[in-house]
Amino acid sequence: MQIYLPIAEVSVNAFLLLGLGGIVGILSGMFGVGGGFLMTPLLFFIGIPPAVAVATEANQIVASSFSGVLAHLKRKTVDLRMGCVLLVGGLIGAAFGVQLFNSLKAIGQVDLLVKLSYVLFLGVIGSLMFVESLRALLQSRGGTVVPTRRKHTWLHNLPFKMKFRTSGLYISVIPPIIVGILVGILAAIMGVGGGFIMVPAMIYLLGMPTKVVVGTSLFQIIFVTAFTTLLHATTNFTVDMGLAVLLLVGGVVGAQIGARIGTKLKAEQLRVLLALMVLIVCGKLAIDLLIQPAELYELGAKGGH
Amino acid sequence: MRRTLSLLLFFIALALPARSEKVVAGLSQNRVSITATFVGSEILIFGAVKRDKPPPEGDPLQVIVVVEGPASPVTVRRKAKRFGIWVNTDAMELAAAPSFYAVATSAPLSQTVSILDDLRHLISVERSIRISDNPFTNEDPRDFSAALIRIRENNGLYTLMENTVNLREETLFDTRIALPANLTEGDYRTRIFLTRGGYVASQYETVINVQKVGLERWIFNLAHEQPLIYGLLSLVIAIAAGWGASAAFRLILRS
Repeated sequence: MQIYLPIAEVSVNAFLLLGLGGIVGILSGMFGVGGGFLMTPLLFFIGIPPAVAVATEANQIVASSFSGVLAHLKRKTVDLRMGCVLLVGGLIGAAFGVQLFNSLKAIGQVDLLVKLSYVLFLGVIGSLMFVESLRALLQSRGGTVVPTRRKHTWLHNLPFKMKFRTSGLYISVIPPIIVGILVGILAAIMGVGGGFIMVPAMIYLLGMPTKVVVGTSLFQIIFVTAFTTLLHATTNFTVDMGLAVLLLVGGVVGAQIGARIGTKLKAEQLRVLLALMVLIVCGKLAIDLLIQPAELYELGAKGGH
Repeated sequence: MRRTLSLLLFFIALALPARSEKVVAGLSQNRVSITATFVGSEILIFGAVKRDKPPPEGDPLQVIVVVEGPASPVTVRRKAKRFGIWVNTDAMELAAAPSFYAVATSAPLSQTVSILDDLRHLISVERSIRISDNPFTNEDPRDFSAALIRIRENNGLYTLMENTVNLREETLFDTRIALPANLTEGDYRTRIFLTRGGYVASQYETVINVQKVGLERWIFNLAHEQPLIYGLLSLVIAIAAGWGASAAFRLILRS
């Protein structure tokens, strides 16, 4: 069934969108990631204009993270204070990111920015994750677990210290704000929640306990992506309601199925799989940039916008 | 009396040098409504040649039908290899290009209209693009306009359909123009030309109105006129849909 998307101004198959949402939902449910980093490039591939894909994906992430946050709030695994500090950074970053997005759109380099960001971040995160999870897989086979000790680094000497009771931390607010800003910029430019960069940063950089990491990052992601959605909607008019709802319905159902599959697999195996998937998406985007495109010309934004 | 009549006829003949044949045409529809399930539309264009004397000898009659979407400026960008990757480097703003352009003819276009009358009446797609208001540029605008035509042809927005106008006994004609799903809103100028020996003998012009209607219209207007409310609404709807879908799924699993 073809459906006309009023904002993207293209006609696409509704079942294709539901299916895409479902597949990405299954993967995100299996691996416990948002899936934005997979969905946005897939939307490029089916012909949704990149500006619409990024803005709409932000809208979808708000909704798909919503029920997750509710569950974490109920289990009290959200560090609200840390979440708010990250959020302050996130809002600043998102505002800056949308500015950057719009000024590059005006000179026709926004696709390049989006794709380069994807290649860079997916490449780095994917390789790190792959190496780390492979090592964990080998160690779990060998049965020796190396205990990690919290080290006292220069991060603990920064000013503006704050107590984060839920996380059991007493650290400066500067690192979480910087993490928040980076994630906000990514949300605005790449149409992702940024969980894939925030979660490692919270664990390794801020030293937060693993059990509050996911809930807290979801809490921050909801508000940052909601803010991003509003900024894109008011400055670019690129949020497509119909597209978001179709992706979402598929995505939510897929995520439930994925979560059930995920419990049957081992965590280390899942991480290796996820890392491989991230690297594949990265590779595809990189190849597109490296080989000579069949059509050297492209048309700019539709007139009047 | 006879003198005045012949004088009158003489003046009519002067005013309408080649108007011994006149085109009369109609469309199957003058409005196209874009709804949520819009998959494109096909318009039947038909007509007849009205004449007050037998058809002239010599070159056969030909018919050209041109449907043209609203024009707007377009930026065309060209990629080049920089630091090992392909990036947009050069750009050119074309002053006006139609969003849609379909030409249907009763014979190959080159045999249907002369270069001179193509220029005069702006019939082929190359003529419909206004390249630039700015003469001070180093780039060759023809590369960019050719690229624009190529891209829009691949998207099905620009089409040339030769030999698709059925012409019967030099009098009745009909053709079908397919409007694709990715249409832009606006007034689509529709022109019908009768030509003989490459010269336009008569022409007829009408308009097809293409509009988003219903929900599509409402969403589009809200997004552009009340963007903040639209943004908030899309958040609320998305959250409700996500929550609803997960609740429904849980219900299905439990039962």
